[in-house]
Amino acid sequence: MSLVVFTLARFTGNPLDVMLPMEATAEDYERVARYWGLDQPLYTQYAIFIGRALQGDFGASWKWPGRTAMGLVAERLPATLQLAGFALLVSVLIALPVGVLSAVKKGTGWDTAAKIVALLGQSLPGFWLGIVLMWIFAVHLGWFPTSGRGGLQYMILPAVTLGWFQVAAMMRLVRSSMLEVLDSEFVKLTRIKGLAEWKVVWKHCLRNAAIAPLTFFAIIAGVLMTGSVVTESVFSWPGTGLLVIDAVRARDFQVVQAVVIVFAGIFILTNLLVDILYAYLDPRIRYR
Amino acid sequence: MATVTVRTLPWYAPPRVAQAMRQVRRLPMVPLFLLTFLLVIPALLAPQVAPYDPLKGSLAKRLTPPAWHDGGSIAYPLGTDKLGRDILSRMIYGARVSFAVSFVAIVVGGLIGTSLGLMSGYFGGRVDALLMRLVDISLSLPTILLALVLVAAVGPSFGTVITVLVVLLWARYARLVRGETLTIKERDFIARARVAGASHTRIMARYIFPNVINSLIVLATLQVGYVILLESALSFLGAGLPRPTPAWGLMVADGRELIVSAWWVSMFPGLAIMLTVLALNLLGDWLRDHLDPKLRNV
Repeated sequence: MSLVVFTLARFTGNPLDVMLPMEATAEDYERVARYWGLDQPLYTQYAIFIGRALQGDFGASWKWPGRTAMGLVAERLPATLQLAGFALLVSVLIALPVGVLSAVKKGTGWDTAAKIVALLGQSLPGFWLGIVLMWIFAVHLGWFPTSGRGGLQYMILPAVTLGWFQVAAMMRLVRSSMLEVLDSEFVKLTRIKGLAEWKVVWKHCLRNAAIAPLTFFAIIAGVLMTGSVVTESVFSWPGTGLLVIDAVRARDFQVVQAVVIVFAGIFILTNLLVDILYAYLDPRIRYR
Repeated sequence: MATVTVRTLPWYAPPRVAQAMRQVRRLPMVPLFLLTFLLVIPALLAPQVAPYDPLKGSLAKRLTPPAWHDGGSIAYPLGTDKLGRDILSRMIYGARVSFAVSFVAIVVGGLIGTSLGLMSGYFGGRVDALLMRLVDISLSLPTILLALVLVAAVGPSFGTVITVLVVLLWARYARLVRGETLTIKERDFIARARVAGASHTRIMARYIFPNVINSLIVLATLQVGYVILLESALSFLGAGLPRPTPAWGLMVADGRELIVSAWWVSMFPGLAIMLTVLALNLLGDWLRDHLDPKLRNV
């Protein structure tokens, strides 16, 4: 991962061209190159990069003088995590009940409606949905602000935009695993025991059906992180997504590297978290 | 005595015609209809059906609203953008761009992925291990970030976009084809071909490949929608096709700052993306159910 990022960042253009003004002399080039360590051979650069990265040091930013790349990422990360977390919450709150409902009422109007919503969700371009939501709810109705970060009302539109795509996929998954569980023997037993239907569905079935969608969470975390790039750019949300776009445009490799590594780290962390949650939800896994 | 009832047979269409009719009626009409009008006709006949040049506008006519709106004119049915270019014409040419990008990217990605997948599954061993690691890496790359870095470095162009898309697409084909090859190569007819003296290349190309075509077609169809979405997202971020290409994603981006005053600039291209992708997804689902039910969970 680090190698891919490093190679891409280095081999695809000379940062000096962007950093220095047009009239810079060869001497200027040399001086600046030495200052940033760009005069060293590439493998040395890579070794230095890895050594420092392991200590959480990605070097100083080129575009924002006087800031470290890691510092910038750390400063922007809470905004992205907040948005992604809220988007996840929104999509779970929608997908779970609708998915369960469409499984319980399979073949009825509910089911069809849910299917249509899911299909639409997978076909909507996120950036466009963001603009349309902005147009309807911010410009016309004036319920929410158009962009920026602030209280809860700033977060709703970006979160819905970011979460929408997940809703569709998650709903389908919840539905199919619910259908499977509803059909199993132990559910018949709970019914024979005379449990209330809502308890059968929401407690016994959902707990068992939640396993499959959970695997999906790890993927969702990745999608939410990359999706944040688009959403943050639409709503000018001051998170890492916006940061990385600015950094890429300015060829600020240190910052790009820091963002990509941090994203990868978050991805690994969520995978771990999901594994732990698994064990909690499904005791069978603990003994395997 | 039993009476014999003579029933006159109703007129039947000749069996072959009837069968063809049944086949036609089973086709998914809505998606095919949508696709024809949104993608195929505009892409193939753009110069004939587009009323204006997609790149030239008249500043006097800038930001004309759509025809049914106050101040709109029938000359520009969907209005004009801030440079006075006709939105309908740009959308029609945009279909051509989307079509070209997704077609080239999927064909190239599919070819690379299929041949690597065939080799990986057929030869196994170290080749397989190495290729599958590459697939894992490629599938775990953060899509948009990778594209942003690459495009920012090389500069936005048709070639860059295709490269990014191919890098992202090939792995799925490789994985799919490898999986199928693994089961097919154990079948009797492969062993017989081997005994008959067919070379490895010939076995892969003539005996295994035809057996994976169905799955490939399904995957490719399902991916067209994904590619169109991805390309438009990249263009929207300024990391896709360069301006002034009439790409749908770019058009949505153009209208972004105008959302308060001129909603139509980004509304219609976005709708086009949505309906096209929707139709492609429906068509892909239908194809999957009919050609290759195994792929349900891909």
